Amino acid sequence: MKELTVISGKGGTGKTSVAASLAVLAGRCVVADCDVDAADLHLLLAPIVKARQELRGGHQAVIRPEACNGCGECVALCRFAAVTVSTDATGGTRFAIDPIACEGCGVCVRFCPEHAIDFPERTCGEWMVSETRCGPMVHARLAVAAENSGKLVSIVRREARRIADEEAQALVLVDGPPGIGCPVIASVTGAGLVLVVTEPTLSGEHDLERVLALAGHFRIPATVCVNKWDINPEMAERIEQRARAAGAGVAGRIRYDCGVTAAQMAGLAVVETAAAAAEDIRRLWAQLNL
Amino acid sequence: MIVAIASGKGGTGKTTVAVNLARAMGSPVQLLDCDVEEPNDNLFLKGRVREAHTVTLPVPEVDATRCDGCGECCHFCEYHALACLGGSVLVFPELCHGCGGCTLVCPQQAIRETSRAIGVVETVECGAITLVQGRLDVGVALVPPLIRAVKAHAQPGVATIVDAPPGTSCPVIAAVTGADAVALVTEPTPFGLHDLGLAVDTLRELHIPFGVVVNRVGEGDGRVHAYCRAQGIPVLAEFPDDRRVAEAYSRGELAVDVQPELGELFRRLHLGLLGLTGGRG
Repeated sequence: MKELTVISGKGGTGKTSVAASLAVLAGRCVVADCDVDAADLHLLLAPIVKARQELRGGHQAVIRPEACNGCGECVALCRFAAVTVSTDATGGTRFAIDPIACEGCGVCVRFCPEHAIDFPERTCGEWMVSETRCGPMVHARLAVAAENSGKLVSIVRREARRIADEEAQALVLVDGPPGIGCPVIASVTGAGLVLVVTEPTLSGEHDLERVLALAGHFRIPATVCVNKWDINPEMAERIEQRARAAGAGVAGRIRYDCGVTAAQMAGLAVVETAAAAAEDIRRLWAQLNL
Repeated sequence: MIVAIASGKGGTGKTTVAVNLARAMGSPVQLLDCDVEEPNDNLFLKGRVREAHTVTLPVPEVDATRCDGCGECCHFCEYHALACLGGSVLVFPELCHGCGGCTLVCPQQAIRETSRAIGVVETVECGAITLVQGRLDVGVALVPPLIRAVKAHAQPGVATIVDAPPGTSCPVIAAVTGADAVALVTEPTPFGLHDLGLAVDTLRELHIPFGVVVNRVGEGDGRVHAYCRAQGIPVLAEFPDDRRVAEAYSRGELAVDVQPELGELFRRLHLGLLGLTGGRG
């Protein structure tokens, strides 16, 4: 089984549009949407959800007001400034934990002299196993303002691999998040190949450099595709040279084509339409030789 | 007055809006680039770095001569940053959030904290704009502490624009917390609308006033406008889908420098954001 992870560094370069087309061209594969923060692949692949599961991860400190004597020890201990202090109607001081600022470390819970702080598990999202026209798909939805996107990504990938093993599928295709932080690291570690979709802009070039450094850091082979290359042909050329210099491959170019947005509006992968860019993506797929 | 420029979906034009807004204001302003995974504002402003600070997180260091391998620290750590193997403790600094709990629970006082670098914060002078930017070290997973460090380097009492990272999870929350108003930049496409909805849910949870900036009007359709109308969300500005803007962007040029007539649109966006705060700013 091979695992291809599509990432970009910079957001909005066309990762998801490319990933959907590659899934269609693969015929049948297992698709994993690891951009759990802002997952969009389902808008193109129209998954029919077969199973869903809540992800509980980590804990959250909650002060029981009736047990709190207002000593303020928790305020001194919390490194995340998550304890809020307010005055109630009778003029008394009230301590509470801001659930958004709380990182669930448990220090206040352990050291509250009155044992007045509970530590319930929290829900950080849900993940789903679905069926699409390209095969099974594992995807997720992070709860509003939740933490632990890295953990959710790891679960989505693990499930996708398990399904691929079970069904003897040759390819797991991962649509990754932008950036280089926690959910990206969780999306790429251990992948067989990373495809970086970038754009011929100064920002695209700068972000590509950082994302290739990340792939290098984790020793994952990387190959690059410049999307909308004809917006700035010199920059496209320069980016490909830089990619080669960084030890990455160059897998192809995709032209600027408003047919890509039209496909998105129709809920289709670009290669399922007559868009001119479809030809470029087919060539990219052939070049990847998966 | 702090305004933040954010979006659910990446690549909708946050950076473009943030840097052009800063330039169009004309008066002294500080711009905080909180997209520390991929900071790009400096590519457009081309200033001079005035100061740079390394940002560190406290991580545990175990004194093997004192540690008796009881495992209390490993049991306590919620992030699995400590593991007890064969009577000795292994530290995984990349998993540590720096809460300090292990140093407190160790019965032998065998754990002290050392610093682990996670990135830098730089202050860059660009004329009327002071840019404060964070740059995460490659391979570091934990982003919010560096974003908080960028914000801690800002001068209080100065007009401030925060350029937030894309998405809806902890880095975004770290960036927009404390803002008086947020502009959510989106594009009129299915992806743009879907991710806008997620960002709206997040901002409502945080109780921060917000409006929408629709970028690349002309591609896609009217779905974002229809959504904003139905939800009662103000559309603060619209920018047309213009290949000249895209090309200027690709070269690292500012739209308001190439097309000065756009300056008025950005100044109006700023007024719109001020209006959202109900005069608090």
